[in-house]
This record gives sequence, C-alpha cells and structure tokens, in this order.
Amino acid sequence: MSTATTTQNSKQTSFFSNLRRVLQENVREYGMFIALFAIMIIFGFTTKGTFLSSRNIVNLVNQAGYIAVLAVGMTLVIVIRHIDLSVGFLGGFLGAVAAIGMTRWNLPIYIVIPMILGLGILAGLIIAFLVAQLGIPSFVASLAGWLIYRGAILVVTEATGTIIIPNEGFNAIGNSFIPEIPGLTFWPNIHKLTLLFGLIGIIALIASEIRSRKNKMAYNFEVLPMEIFVLKLFFMSVLIGAITWLLAGYQGLSWTAVVVLLVVFVYNFITNRTVLGRHIYAVGGNPEAAELSGIDVKRIIYIVFGSMGMLASLAGMLYASRLRSATTTAGTLWELDAIAAAYVGGVSAAGGVGKVIGSIIGALVMMSLTNGMNLMGIGISYQYIVRGAVLAAAVIFDVATRNRGK
Amino acid sequence: MDGTRSTKIWFRPFPTFFHAEGPMANPLLEMRNITKTFPGVKALSDVSFEVTEGEIHCLVGENGAGKSTLMKVLSGVYPSGEYTGKIFINGVEQNFRSIRDSEKAGIAIIYQELALVPEMTVYENIFLTNEIRNGPLIDWNETVKQATELMKRVGLDVNPAAKIKTLGVGNQQLVEIAKALSRDVKILILDEPTSSLNEVDSENLFTLLRQLKSNGVTCILISHKLKEVISIADKVTVLRDGHTICTMDAHAQPLLEGQIIKHMVGREIDNIYPKRESKISDEVVMEVRDWGAYSSALGRNVLKNINLNLRKGEIIGIAGLMGSGRTEFALSLFGNPDKYRVSGELYVKGKKHEFSHPNQAIKAGIAYVTEDRKGDGLILIQDVKENITLANLRELVKGAVVDQNAEIRVAEKYKRDLNIKTPSIEQKVRNLSGGNQQKVSLGKWLFVKPDIMILDEPTRGIDVGAKFEIYTIMNSLVQQGMSIIMISSELPEVLGMSDRVYVMASGTIAGEFSIEEATQEKIMNIATN
Repeated sequence: MSTATTTQNSKQTSFFSNLRRVLQENVREYGMFIALFAIMIIFGFTTKGTFLSSRNIVNLVNQAGYIAVLAVGMTLVIVIRHIDLSVGFLGGFLGAVAAIGMTRWNLPIYIVIPMILGLGILAGLIIAFLVAQLGIPSFVASLAGWLIYRGAILVVTEATGTIIIPNEGFNAIGNSFIPEIPGLTFWPNIHKLTLLFGLIGIIALIASEIRSRKNKMAYNFEVLPMEIFVLKLFFMSVLIGAITWLLAGYQGLSWTAVVVLLVVFVYNFITNRTVLGRHIYAVGGNPEAAELSGIDVKRIIYIVFGSMGMLASLAGMLYASRLRSATTTAGTLWELDAIAAAYVGGVSAAGGVGKVIGSIIGALVMMSLTNGMNLMGIGISYQYIVRGAVLAAAVIFDVATRNRGK
Repeated sequence: MDGTRSTKIWFRPFPTFFHAEGPMANPLLEMRNITKTFPGVKALSDVSFEVTEGEIHCLVGENGAGKSTLMKVLSGVYPSGEYTGKIFINGVEQNFRSIRDSEKAGIAIIYQELALVPEMTVYENIFLTNEIRNGPLIDWNETVKQATELMKRVGLDVNPAAKIKTLGVGNQQLVEIAKALSRDVKILILDEPTSSLNEVDSENLFTLLRQLKSNGVTCILISHKLKEVISIADKVTVLRDGHTICTMDAHAQPLLEGQIIKHMVGREIDNIYPKRESKISDEVVMEVRDWGAYSSALGRNVLKNINLNLRKGEIIGIAGLMGSGRTEFALSLFGNPDKYRVSGELYVKGKKHEFSHPNQAIKAGIAYVTEDRKGDGLILIQDVKENITLANLRELVKGAVVDQNAEIRVAEKYKRDLNIKTPSIEQKVRNLSGGNQQKVSLGKWLFVKPDIMILDEPTRGIDVGAKFEIYTIMNSLVQQGMSIIMISSELPEVLGMSDRVYVMASGTIAGEFSIEEATQEKIMNIATN
C-alpha cells in the first residue's frame, strides 16, 4: 500500500518492484494460472496453432469435463484428510446403470438423472459410514469400493458388452452446445450467446473484485497496489475473453462446459462463503479442535463423501453421454486422474488446504498435457512420463512455497 | 534373582569404592550452571545438580519448576548448544548432540508416556535400535535368550513373545527398564513412573529400584508423590521456578514431607493477580452430582464420585497433579468428546443435561478453553479471524452465506478487547506467540457468549505480562456475571484467582477449600496423597 503512492519519478520502478513482490507473495495462488497459460502457449507453438484452435479448445473442455467434476469432489475429500479411490469405477458403473435405465427399463431422462445422482450419494454415504462410524481408514474402505464397482460394471455389461444409448437428449450433454439467441443474423460464424455469457462473466468478475477491494480498504487491510490490481483484472479478463472467443468461434459453450461451470460455481460458493464450507476446512485443519468447537466431524465426513459420490455419478453420466454408450472399461484410472488434478491444483495432503478453483485448473493442466501431446503425435508411453513429471514438479513447487508469504 | 549376576555382557560390575563416603567421593553426574530458555520463558536458570554413584536421587518440584526440562538437557533431547552450562560424567565433560549420544554415555530416560511399540513383542521392544546381530541379520535366538534374562532381572513374568499392547502399564514400565538395562545403563531416569500405576505395581517398581541400586545402578526419579519420595530417596533435590532450591540427604537427617513442600512452594504469592470486587450471587449455574466416567479405551474409571457446584460470578479453581483427572473431568462435562461412559447428574442453570457432543454443551452455555491450544484448541493454519469466529459462525450468517464484514468486525472487536498483538486479523495463528494464541482461544470462546467458561491451564507456557492480561480479562468476565472453572497446576495462580478451590486426586474431588482457608501446603498435602 505505502509504495503505491510514490512520486512520479519512481513510479516505473515501484511498479515492477511491486509486481515482483506481489508475485512472490502469491506465487502459490497465481502459479497454477501461470503454468496453465505457459502450457497453452507452448502447445500453441509446437502444434502450429492447432492446440489453440477453437475446435480443439472445445474438445479439450469436453474431454476434461468428467475429470474436472471428480477433481472438485476429491478436493474436499483430501481437504478433510481422507481419500476416495472408488469414484472412478463408481462413475463407470453408474453410467452403465443410467444406460440400462434408458434402454432396458425405458425410463425418461428426467427420472434417470436424479436417480443416478441419488445412487451416487448413497454410495458415498456407505463409504462415509465405514469411515466415520466404524473407523475404517478411507483408503481401505474406498479400495473395497473400487473392487466392488469394478466387478459391478462387468456384471451389468456382461450380457451385452457395450450398451449403446439411443436417447438423444442424454447424449446431448456430452456432445451438443447451448442454443444461439434466436433472430440474430450478424456474425454468422460466431456464437453470440456464448460471447454474451463471457461478457457477463468478465463484468461480474470485475465488479466483485472491485467491491471486495473497497471492502478491504474500508477496514484498512492490505490490498494490491492500484496498478497491480488493474493488471490482475486485465489479465483475468483477457483470459476469460480469449477462452470465450475461442469457444464462440466454433459452436459455443457445450453443455458439458455448462455443467462443469455450474459445479465449480456451486462448490466454490459453498466452500468459500457458507458455514458448511468453513466447517469443512476447520475439520481438515485440525479435527480435534473442530470437534471441540462444536462441529460434528462425522456429519462433515458424511457430507463430503456424499457429495463425492454424487459428483462421481455425474462424471459417469458425462462420460457415457459423450461416448453415447456405457462401456466395460469406463472409470478406469479416473480416481487417480482426479487425485493428480487436485494435487497439481495445490491441495495439501496434510489437510485443511486446497481450493476448488485450483483443482479445476489442475484438471485443465493435466488434460492440456494429454491433448497437446496427442496433437504433437507423442506416444502414450512418453505421455505418462511427462504427466508424472509435471505432477511431481507441481507438488515440489507447492511444498517449496508453502511457508512463503502469508 | 542371583542367577542374573552371571549375565555380564551388558551389566556393569559394581564398583567397590562406592561405599567410600566423604569429600573424596566424586559425583557420578554433575550438571553445573545449566540455563535453558524458551522463547519468552526461562525454564532453567543456573541450575546445578549432582548425583553420586549408586544412589536413588529424587527430583521434586511443582509442575513447571523445570524438572523435565533438566532431564531433557541431560538426555540430549535439547542438544549441546541449546543450553548453557556444563555436564560431567565421572568428571569428564559431555556434549550430547542427541539422545543417541546420551545413551552411549549410559543414560536412559523413561518418560511418563512410555516409548514402546505396541504392536511389537516384548523382546523386540527391549532390543529395538540395539539389535543383537549375527552379521547383517538379527540373531533372534540370542535376542530372546537375553531378553528372557533381562525380564527375570526386572521381575517381569510374561511371555517374551507377547505383544506390548497386551501388557498392563506396570509391566510395560518393566519392559522399559529391561530395555534400559540392556544398554548397560549407568543412570536410569524415571519421569513420574507411578503416575499411572496402581499401588501394588508401584510397590513392585520400588522394590525393583532398590534392587537395581544394590546392583550399582544409579537412579534419578522425578515424582510428585512425596510419600513415595520419602520412602525411597537417598537424596532429594528441590527445583522451583527453574532454580535449584536445595538438596536434602536422607541419611544425614530424616526427610519430612512438610519441609519438602515448603521448599517446593516457598515463594510468596506475587501480586501478579489483580484484585477484583467479588460479585458472586447465590444462583448456582452449574452443579455436578455423583459424577463418574469410565473409559473403555483405558479400561478403567477415570472419574468417580465428583460433586461440585459453581455460582454465578464465581471463579472456582481446580488444583491437582497431572494425571489426577482434571482435564478428563472438564471434557466429560463439555459434551464428552472422548466418549466415556458417564454416570451422575449435570445441571446447568437448574436444568438437567446429558450432552452427547460438544455442540450441545456450547448451546447450553458452556465454553471450554483447552490446555493444549496447539493440539486441539486452534487451527494453526488458519488466520486469527477464522479461529475467533469458528465456534459461532452461524451467528454471522446473512442469507445463506457468512457475512464477511460482520466477521471482520467481530474479529477486530476481540483483537481490540483482548489486546491480541498481531499485524492483522488475517495473520495465521501459528505465527503468533503463545500468549497471543491463548488470547485468540479466549476470543473464540467469548464470541459464543457462554455463561460458564472452563479454562484448562489458561496461562501455561506464556510469559508473566500476558498472564496478567489474562487474569484481568477473567476478572472482568466474572464481574459481568460469567462463571469460571479454572483448572491449574500452578498453585499460586489457583490461590490468587479463585473464590473457592477444589483439589482433585485419582479422578475424584479429594478436598474443597474456601479461598480463606486454602494454602499451598494444604492443597499439596491432599493432592499428593
């Protein structure tokens, strides 16, 4: 703050020294965005622009959707010092159940989706029961679930193999895009409604940032220097604007992207603004202290695992919808991709630390790597090695910067 | 037990010159001018301590007098360089950099919380980190053979292949001693060895110590139980507030309990306890009748027959030694998070309650400020603001969300009222000093606006200035009509702050005094019996 009001002469130097200081203090917070940005630029060059093409970005988002959804749930599970290995095959299994519901039982989509989400919650609550009530380590309880759901997928797909889903409404979630505003004829190749949403997003972001800054200044809290604040807003607006522009240049926002954005919005709101969110972080930060503060730790475990199960079923449906079918291998390694995304996104295994937004960025980073390397024609074997190295690097970075700043 | 004499591999022969009395007898151990400071606290100040070979030397003093710190210096827990002063063994200066070094010099320390691996067998534990090897492999036959001999020596009659967790505490202690003997121990240090033993086990332990003494093992015993001390000690050294007060020789003149207590508590009560005008009303805000608690984890009653009452505007002090059940009592009242099987009746403001979770106790108007603020009090990775509001977040909800402005106002209010020294309420609590952390704890519980506050060791580990501030806060709270139960190991604090004093011993209330009749000697007498 104090350096923000220096004289005209030293304005130039104070800007850069401020920028350096802010970046150093918040390296954990911004590091992930910068990494994602860097990865996208690098792949943009190495693939001669294909990576950054509208079509590919839309593809990328649709591919990353189910992992992103799982990573959001996994973030909270890891924050309260647990793990859930069962979610991959649980998602795969429930995707298959959804397919059976639509094909064999002829259930309408508006019954199938809530039913599957409900089954997901139930599955999560069963693990929570084992963990909270019986004191079984979540690693073991969810490993049992992993085996059981692996078997369950095989049981339900045994007779038919892959189950084709004929329901177009269901398949649209993974394959279609939001409609265009009717009656608009200008810019025929640009999706106007997507642009409008992007614009609203940018305005909402700027408004909320300005309000929060004013608020902090009213309490004499430290805020970013004005120029840095403007730079940050500019950077974020450009990022959202660029992504929106790219999406709008193809077919606009996909329904998958809408689902992911909705999940992120709701979970971000719950974790940051509500009592429940604060209690989750308190349990993760110190379970004994949380219990003595009147927080029902068991209840939190039920809620977090229940939400994880629900998001697993959502991921399963996104995946089945995208493939227009339920396969025998659906769910394989999803849980580990989600865990990796969460750790890349800055979740701490010691508990109590980790943001939903970070995990989403983590999921995008991991999916960008896969997608970019695919475009470059790099073999699957090297892809695994690179992704492993990036995961290790992200966690090393996280540990190294843990005690920096506030 | 004579047969064990032949097993000399690890047994140091008994020196013949031991009985030589007089100025020529060099001390086996000499600690000279030991000073050890922690941030803000001088735990030991210029302490000197001498132990002669083959004696049982008891170290006594109030909680916080510096006994354990002194023994940690001796055993290398605080390495050379973290304290000032010199340690000599047999006249040779020692600079222990780790526990390993002190073990090599023949020092073994057995803590109150035993350091055994519960899932390993007795013989594995005895030789843990000191394995008997045959080339690169462990020689299990020799291990079992030597373990059996050691067990015979300490009078431990169990299967050497039994797992530690199947043994009672008394037997576990014997395993620790066997472990120490396996390393050719010269000086055996026992920290409160009988605090968790019953009388029979205690008696057995002392018989063993006498026997080891006759075999030439020197023993330093830290104990609160003065009757035991008198029965076994050759010498007694009293520490108080980090200073050596005196060393008494039982062979020169008989030890008297009263005399030891006087040395232990000797100081005048300083006037660091601010005066308050008593505003106690007749209204009883809390009453406990025939309260008891059984812990299925420990397999015994941790509390029994407790009767206690608390009036509006009153501070009652609960004195007692460590392990007397004070914290267990507080927790059993505060929603029983350790899931004891509780019996008896609890009335809060005239209404009978049975709490099954701390949140019900909080709702009924009780707050509990824990003794272990870092362990189960605060969330160290969160900031001052988040910690203060945690226990009563719901009050700040506007719509569906936590009103961040209101939260800031609350945190700022307690920061100001309690004089919490922090650069900002967004500072993480782990970066604050102990005194300021304690104030954050207080702020957190004041924000739930309780009628009754249970303060467990409210001033442990914080400096005098912060203590005074906390006492002042307590005074203003009771004057506003709050009632406080203060658990404290510091007798001057109990006497300086309480309106009434309960003394706990062995899980029950062993005595009750009005503040006029309470003295440190009387309390100590009851607490140590």
